[in-house]
Amino acid sequence: MSKDNEILEEFTSKEYEHGWSVDYEADEAPIGLTEDTIRWISSKKEEPKWLLDWRLKAFRHWETMEEPSWPNVSYPKIDYQALRYYSAPKQKSKPSNINEVDPELLKIYDRLGISLNEQKRLQGIAVDAVLDSVSVGTTFKDTLSKLGVIFCSFSEAVKEHPDLVKKYLGSVVPSTDNYFAALNSAVFSDGSFCYIPKGVRCPMELSTYFRINAANTGQFERTLIIAEDKSYVSYLEGCTAPQRDENQLHAAVVEIYAAENAQVKYSTVQNWYPGDKNGKGGIYNFVTKRGICAGNHSKISWTQVETGSAVTWKYPSCILKGDNSVGEFYSVAVTNNYQQADTGTKMIHIGKNTRSRIVSKGISAGKSQNSYRGQVQVMKRATNARNFSQCDSLLMGDRCGAHTFPYIDIHNSSAKVEHEATTSKIGEDQIFYCNQRGINSEDAVALIVNGYAKEVLNQLPMEFAVEAQKLLALTLEGSVG
Amino acid sequence: MLSIKNLHASIEGTPILKGISLEIKPGEVHAIMGPNGSGKSTLASVLAGREEYEVTEGEVYFKGKNLLELSPEDRAREGVFLAFQYPVEIPGVSSTNFLRTAVNQVREYRGQEPLDAVKFLSLMKEKMKLVEIDQKLLSRALNEGFSGGEKKKNEIFQMAVLEPTLAILDETDSGLDIDALKVVANGVNQLKTKENGTIVVTHYQRLLDYIVPDYVHVLFDGRIVKSGSKDLALELEDKGYDWIKEEVSGTTV
Ligand SMILES: Nc1ncnc2c1ncn2[C@@H]1O[C@H](COP(=O)(O)OP(=O)(O)OP(=O)(O)O)[C@@H](O)[C@H]1O
Ligand SMILES: [Mg+2]
Repeated sequence: MSKDNEILEEFTSKEYEHGWSVDYEADEAPIGLTEDTIRWISSKKEEPKWLLDWRLKAFRHWETMEEPSWPNVSYPKIDYQALRYYSAPKQKSKPSNINEVDPELLKIYDRLGISLNEQKRLQGIAVDAVLDSVSVGTTFKDTLSKLGVIFCSFSEAVKEHPDLVKKYLGSVVPSTDNYFAALNSAVFSDGSFCYIPKGVRCPMELSTYFRINAANTGQFERTLIIAEDKSYVSYLEGCTAPQRDENQLHAAVVEIYAAENAQVKYSTVQNWYPGDKNGKGGIYNFVTKRGICAGNHSKISWTQVETGSAVTWKYPSCILKGDNSVGEFYSVAVTNNYQQADTGTKMIHIGKNTRSRIVSKGISAGKSQNSYRGQVQVMKRATNARNFSQCDSLLMGDRCGAHTFPYIDIHNSSAKVEHEATTSKIGEDQIFYCNQRGINSEDAVALIVNGYAKEVLNQLPMEFAVEAQKLLALTLEGSVG
Repeated sequence: MLSIKNLHASIEGTPILKGISLEIKPGEVHAIMGPNGSGKSTLASVLAGREEYEVTEGEVYFKGKNLLELSPEDRAREGVFLAFQYPVEIPGVSSTNFLRTAVNQVREYRGQEPLDAVKFLSLMKEKMKLVEIDQKLLSRALNEGFSGGEKKKNEIFQMAVLEPTLAILDETDSGLDIDALKVVANGVNQLKTKENGTIVVTHYQRLLDYIVPDYVHVLFDGRIVKSGSKDLALELEDKGYDWIKEEVSGTTV
């Protein structure tokens, strides 16, 4: 037996750090999913009729759809009628600013290390915190509004900026796009909304923090980011969930719209509960993320560090419609124990001189399965389109799997598409070399893995990169010494 | 400081070391020579604690501690350093980051405060001068794409930073050009103190002109079959190993 394997057996898995839950009074929809559930949610949120109609249309379409079976993941059939679709912490009264948010709720975020208290907040990051189904508070609102930047919960945007929501909602991910997007469109509860006006460079990172707390409740949030001409925003998303034996469903939708010369950078550090080391529990994470580079010279860049969830199904994509627009996808996906991840991207080249770059780093340990699935499509009109894809897999031990599924679809002969793929094993040699310099095996693995993922981690904003590095090490703790 | 007694070791059931005994006192330099495949690197690996090798007999004491009971990292923290014959590449990890992790884990083991970034960098600077290594090399990923000679130089640089009490240099001279050889030898000599022991594994007596050994041992088929002074190296250079092989078979018959 090799050293890797021995160490694999030797260590037990590290417990999930955020696996606690808190009791609080909640407003809950009845269990099950019918048109009445949707009406209940919509009326609870005092939504306009057009939005209810939009939801119902999505629901009716969803009912005709089949859950996709093509991803390289397997899980027991989800009983959509056994889930609850809305759970909101009961607030004494509606908070009008962060100082009025129920202190009990703020405590939950404090425990996660996310202070919503503006004075204490790290300079430079505005946070919107979403607990179960609703946004509990957004920080730095005043500072941002002076620049015309709108950063608020989705529900608030529906009330305060209905025209913008109406114009862009579903414009990038139609309500009928896929099974989980349709489900989200029907029942989404809240999320974040962000609007950057023309010529504004958003002076701070905008951040949303998602947390599932209630049991048996699906979380369906929606994020909509609109970047007008020549604007810039960097957006961060983080997430955790309590440790529960049952699997919980998370099906989010993110839409990004980038106008001429606009740049949007979207970074995710996903740390949903992955299940225990025997594969019990964990979040099913079925997410649709898509951005459109609508204007010429616009740029959308996705960076993701995926460490959590029992099952991940996620393909952040770019539609490169504007001429000279640029799409980027940087991903590190780590799976351990019984986790399964099927993730990747789609780059759809429509405009001329469009460029895309894909860097995917998969890391598999334990008995996990890690798949990269990427599509590069070059349409007829897209002369001189360029794509470069680099897909690397790192294996730890010999009971895990890494798979790569690249799809290339080209309709313009001037396109240049390059794909490189490598698979490597974390070497005993490398670990021994570190040991010989006085570094223990656990830290050696962390060093090696962070080195391997460096190109992606470098894309993250500083504070996030540090957190992501720790998370990678934590996820792999107990897999190889 | 190092006492090896009747050491036997095998890999995957094949015996490689067949009874090695060696005493090294503080301040001494021992050269180990011997034909390819005789077990020189195996001896180095066993001392460093590589787990693929099974020690089947014998004992090793280092500064009074039973070395064979320590994990590889604890051996390193106790002051054992191995300059690898084939240094390993670790993509994406800068030498600086790697060494800082190493230095601070060693310090922690010894109950010392970790070095902060500033102190660490000045330590790096000082040692860089000593082994004449280019800063650019150290900002690159550890050994990734380094030339053979650069890798060897980097081993000596790491040794300079970690300041071991027992340094084992496994063919650090092979692949070095004449100038680099002098630089490396010079580095090793400067790091030598009255307390430190050094084991130099080499095929060429040339290195021993620069790093002058107190003893030369010839390893053959997993045993030390001849020990002598520096002159033994010259004799080997001159005559090759055949006469030793004959001597060995002569005595065993
Ligand atoms: N896994 C293994 N199974 C069997 N024999 C092995 C194994 N690994 C190494 N050996 C053998 O052990 C012997 C000693 O190897 P070692 O690397 O110690 O030699 P060396 O003296 O350092 O040689 P060189 O001068 O070429 O560096 C060699 O014959 C080698 O083939
Ligand atoms: Mg050797």
